[in-house]
Amino acid sequence: MKTLNRRDFAVAVVAAILLPATKTRAADDMEVHIDNFVFQPAELKIKVGTTVTWTNRDDIPHTVVSAGKFRSKTLDTDDKFSFTFTNAGDYKYFCSLHPHMTGMIKVES
Amino acid sequence: MSGQDHGEDGVSRRKVLECMTWAGTGVLWTVTGGVPRSLGIIDSAEAATAATPGMSFLQISDSHVGFDKPANPNALGTLEEAVNKINAMPAKPSFMIHTGDITHLSKAAEFDNAERIISQTKLDVHYVPGEHDFIDEEVKLYRERYGRGTKGHGWYSFDAGGVHFVGLVNVVDLKAGGLGNLGAEQLAWLEDDLRGKSKSTPIVLFAHIPLWTVYPEWGWGTEDGGRALEYVKGFGSVTVLNGHIHQVMQKVEGNVTFHTARSTAFPQPAPGAAPSPGPMKVEDARLRSMLGVASINFKQNEQRLAIIDTPLQG
Repeated sequence: MKTLNRRDFAVAVVAAILLPATKTRAADDMEVHIDNFVFQPAELKIKVGTTVTWTNRDDIPHTVVSAGKFRSKTLDTDDKFSFTFTNAGDYKYFCSLHPHMTGMIKVES
Repeated sequence: MSGQDHGEDGVSRRKVLECMTWAGTGVLWTVTGGVPRSLGIIDSAEAATAATPGMSFLQISDSHVGFDKPANPNALGTLEEAVNKINAMPAKPSFMIHTGDITHLSKAAEFDNAERIISQTKLDVHYVPGEHDFIDEEVKLYRERYGRGTKGHGWYSFDAGGVHFVGLVNVVDLKAGGLGNLGAEQLAWLEDDLRGKSKSTPIVLFAHIPLWTVYPEWGWGTEDGGRALEYVKGFGSVTVLNGHIHQVMQKVEGNVTFHTARSTAFPQPAPGAAPSPGPMKVEDARLRSMLGVASINFKQNEQRLAIIDTPLQG
């Protein structure tokens, strides 16, 4: 039986640790699109530690603002904003330029 | 429409229909004494302006300098066309108001380009900001340029030709789920500003977002706009001029006339006529019929303001 040398073994172990971790993170990352002055989906349920990325697909700039929690710069067409939720809770947010645009992120521990 | 002043005879059915054809639907036309009236197309409108003594001023709005999307790849170019129209008017207006969204993204270069073009009118321009003028990181570029001598976020008043003008800011501190916002500080200032004014003084309020509720589903209204309107209730002639919705819309309520101006950059859909209020792409040939400026004429003894909306073309 061929034995793994020390170095190969270490690489294999690192790969085994990294792979599922990477996969898990990709599955957890969530996206919200802004189309036609609407956040889609308007409500998102996520686990603590999830990163949400908003993308503005309108021809008009928008922002993503949750009072006291997070605030994006002004997002022009195709600009993105990401935020990682490290605490559980309900995060209401809106576009500070077009305040009739609202959304909700529900973060569970 | 004819070039003559409508006088007291009112507008014939045929003339009204001509107006409707020119402006599209959704505009309320009135010839009631003491309130603004919308008049006809460019040539006759110019003739009417030229024939009518009194003070006239222009309203320009929503130039969105920097906008380059399909609805109008050259917003600076159409602003320049509007300025050329203004310069070609036979009767030079006393001054101009700009009801906001000068720029698209509050970039210094956008403000500079807007200034370079608008200054070619050689008119005094009284600005109020739109939400697009307050989105630079430090929110300072608009105020550096236009905030001098104003209060709060940029509100102020002045008198011209016997009319009291009040520029209001309703694009700051917007609340989630809400509409445009004046705020307590500005309302208190407005009440104070109007105190002691003779009720026969014609009042013009101008702000970016409509002070009246046009279509709340798209945020087209001002949360506490009703409070401002309370303060002007007793005045004989009140005109409220706004932009933001990129189309002409008019409503008359008692002595108050509400009017929105076209954009010089791109049209937006009629309320509810599209999935969103975003820029409306129309055939190139139609674009200039949906952009334009407004001129407002005040006749000294009649206390009526005639509003003439002039498209860039058609």
